[in-house]
Amino acid sequence: MSELEIAGRVVELVRRLAGPDAQAEAVVTRTDLALTRFANSFIHQNVAESGVTVRLRVHADGRTASGGGSLVDPDGLRALVERTLTAARLCPPDPAWPGLTPPSPVPPGTTPDEATVHADPDERAARVRAFVDAAGGLEAAGFCRTSHRSGAFANSAGHTAQGSSAEAAMDGIARTGGSDGVARLCADRLADLDGALLGARAAAKARAGVDPVELPPGRYEVVLEPAAVADLLQNLAWYGFNGKRYAERQSFAEPGAAQFDPAVSLVDDPLHASTLPYDLEGTGRGPLTLVDAGVTRAVAHDRRSGAEAGSGSTGHGMLGAATFGPIPRNLRLLPAPNGSTPTGGTPAPGGGAAGGGTAGGGADVLPVVAGGVTGAVADPDTAELVAGMERGLLVSDFWYTRVLDPKSLVITGLTRNGVWLVEDGVPTRAVRDFRFTESYPRALGPGAVRGLGRRSVRQPDRMDGSWWQAPPLRLATWNFTGGASG
Amino acid sequence: MSEFDAAGAAVQAALDAGARYADARVMHRRYESMSARNGDIEELTQDESIGLGVRALVGSSWGFHAVPELSDAAARDAGRRAARIAAASARVPGPPIDLVAVEPTVASWSSGCDVDPLGVPLSDKGDLLVRATGTMREHGADLAEGLYQIWDTAKWFVSSEGHRIDQRIRECGGGISATSIGDGETQRRSYPSYRGQYGTTGWELVTSLDLVGHAARIAEESRALLTAPECPAGETDLILGGEQLALQIHESVGHAIELDRILGWEAAFAGTSWLDLAQLGSLRYGSELMNVTIDPTIPGALGSFGFDDEGSPAVRRDAVREGRWVGVLAGRDSAAVAGLGYGGSVRADGWARLPMVRMTNVGLEPGPHTLDEIIAATDDGVLMDVNRSWSIDDKRLNFQFGCEVGWEVKNGRRGRMLRNPTYTGIGPLFWRSMDMLSGEIVPWGTPNCGKGQPGQIGHTGHPSAPARFRNVRVGVRA
Repeated sequence: MSELEIAGRVVELVRRLAGPDAQAEAVVTRTDLALTRFANSFIHQNVAESGVTVRLRVHADGRTASGGGSLVDPDGLRALVERTLTAARLCPPDPAWPGLTPPSPVPPGTTPDEATVHADPDERAARVRAFVDAAGGLEAAGFCRTSHRSGAFANSAGHTAQGSSAEAAMDGIARTGGSDGVARLCADRLADLDGALLGARAAAKARAGVDPVELPPGRYEVVLEPAAVADLLQNLAWYGFNGKRYAERQSFAEPGAAQFDPAVSLVDDPLHASTLPYDLEGTGRGPLTLVDAGVTRAVAHDRRSGAEAGSGSTGHGMLGAATFGPIPRNLRLLPAPNGSTPTGGTPAPGGGAAGGGTAGGGADVLPVVAGGVTGAVADPDTAELVAGMERGLLVSDFWYTRVLDPKSLVITGLTRNGVWLVEDGVPTRAVRDFRFTESYPRALGPGAVRGLGRRSVRQPDRMDGSWWQAPPLRLATWNFTGGASG
Repeated sequence: MSEFDAAGAAVQAALDAGARYADARVMHRRYESMSARNGDIEELTQDESIGLGVRALVGSSWGFHAVPELSDAAARDAGRRAARIAAASARVPGPPIDLVAVEPTVASWSSGCDVDPLGVPLSDKGDLLVRATGTMREHGADLAEGLYQIWDTAKWFVSSEGHRIDQRIRECGGGISATSIGDGETQRRSYPSYRGQYGTTGWELVTSLDLVGHAARIAEESRALLTAPECPAGETDLILGGEQLALQIHESVGHAIELDRILGWEAAFAGTSWLDLAQLGSLRYGSELMNVTIDPTIPGALGSFGFDDEGSPAVRRDAVREGRWVGVLAGRDSAAVAGLGYGGSVRADGWARLPMVRMTNVGLEPGPHTLDEIIAATDDGVLMDVNRSWSIDDKRLNFQFGCEVGWEVKNGRRGRMLRNPTYTGIGPLFWRSMDMLSGEIVPWGTPNCGKGQPGQIGHTGHPSAPARFRNVRVGVRA
């Protein structure tokens, strides 16, 4: 039975058991996920799972409940419907129920790469082999994963949607003498992951990071590589551009206000990559400009938060949205336009990407440096940003960032996988990891961005289907509050 | 086909495909959660999932495959696939793998449960959250939230060595929080902890919390925090409440003593550990007041079980004795690599996930004092309680924690409330500075411990009590 047939059968069961006035929406997703982990330069964990989930939400007699399960035989589906209806009957009324997604167009989405869909464990292991070999004797650790999802949505209002997606990601470090270097990339095709390139890059950065010095805490100008920028995007998405948190006045976001530097344009752009083209409520997904040339334009909504805000859903219905709120999870920081200079102030991209989400150029692939990798500075974009910095820090990655206050979005966390002191445009010393405490919107505020790279790199999230794409970024100041060693 | 039969078929198929060892788990989990906000039910979810995961060791390489079906054909296919994945692992091989010996066991085990949490009427559970959040709203909270969660898990485990173990573990818990929103910041107070209190127990745990009875106080404290003075910056004596100390134990002891981290197996993601196995038995981890146990046998604590997910029986062990590091959390393969003789700390969060080293109940033994005595003995310090934020480096050394609330302590008395309290330090230096420990132990449950790739959520327990630490840096801010 296809996913759409299962979803339709669930909706029909609700109609049969609860009558024609009951509203129901069903989401069926088949998943094949495989992940090969390596550490100490060998594969130590190697897993694959095949599964199917059915999620049902019903609204009957003014009350709402949700249920889910892994059983798709007739008995399993009936049990799911019966217990969800029972739960709904026992719930208090839900006067804020936003109703179902009406029949409406859903974009076709991308066609998943068949080779990635059917990738076998030997193909992942081969990339691990290449990474380990390219690390040149350094200890290597990380993962290579592939995923495939196919699914369907149906509701009792007559709306349906279908889609399929595939993703591949590789994330690894090389280690020497207490120094770690990192390289990671997310792509639509496993073929786009070059284990040797990633391994060589990680190893070059690790070698450039040995014998670090301790610097005093304080405010430093920084160049953040895409892995570190991804952390900014994730926290801005979770706490700032979350429609429910915005409605609750827990977000810094003020649509219409120039809250960011003019160089900053942020677009949530799920269809920029292979993804299911609809959300948990069946709403079609598409680009949503959150910040356009420094001006906050929107926050993400599901049907419930969108109804409260009077703006409707933006296609961000997701598990957990009822409590935590809807979150953009495919965020792109648009790179500097081709032809501009990334150093010394970047012209605003202007116009953003509200129409098609493709403004600003950029690429999803790891830039290849002519002549090979160069150590601390891994690509020409970063090199240009670093070259313009009189004294500051080059930061590869952030780690364990947590919110101290959600409204001001003050975050604490640490650097990881490499920090270097830059003097007169040249990385001069590796630096021990720092702890920082910083307000992310303030760090990206008007006048705070001193440069933006021209090429983006897509960074994988912990879950497939989420990613963060950014170029390197030069910021005027970052508040380091202590050395990690004391 | 029974669950045991399905697991057995998967194991046999893996052996037939070349595995020298295999084990399989069938897990059937029912989950229910309800949340309320501002006096209304916000979400009610009920999930049910069943499936089989099989692990195969071919040569010295592991493979794991999981399927949502329990038919003989599906189980056998999963076993064959696990062996094939293991064979692919051998393309990048590591050192030889052995497994420390565990007596093959045929057994059943159930956690204690007086009141079946899934048997309590939904209307009763909903009324509780509606009343608690409504009361907080009436007492000034801008956002009044309440939540409970219930997990009812049955497992059937079979190994090629002859294990045949079934377990039923019922876990539940809940809590409330009040958030007050000021001009540029938010303040939150929670009860009884950041996400509530959880255990391997029945609904009696939630009833005992008296969420409604604490609702007004929580709301009023969240409003009061908006105008409270900021926690001062500097070095001072720090008294931690038991809930915050539980997280301190979790982050700076529990994760640090995970053997897979010590061996470097989590290096790229969760990180490693500052601990060196060569120092096991001799390293000074903390003050002599510090006695930490690994104890999955504590009745009702969230990290309790009868057998881990490799079939090793639950056994209490020392991790830190009188301040000296003496034990680790281990699995059968990691223990063998390290030359240790025990595992017993390996779990998976579902049928589709590979078992890995996880905390069970990692907690402090009681000290000789009470919180009141600790406060009375402190001339100048800060008391902090209930976690608000947590961050620690990848070696588990440098941490910074924020708490929901602080109080001045002056001349042996608790004084003004302080807002935005934070403290920071280095794990072993911090633990060596502990000079007073209370005997008021509570087995705090942490239901959200993230680790592993693909990600897994672990349930852990942390017996903990208030304690005092000398000369700690507090008041870090942006």
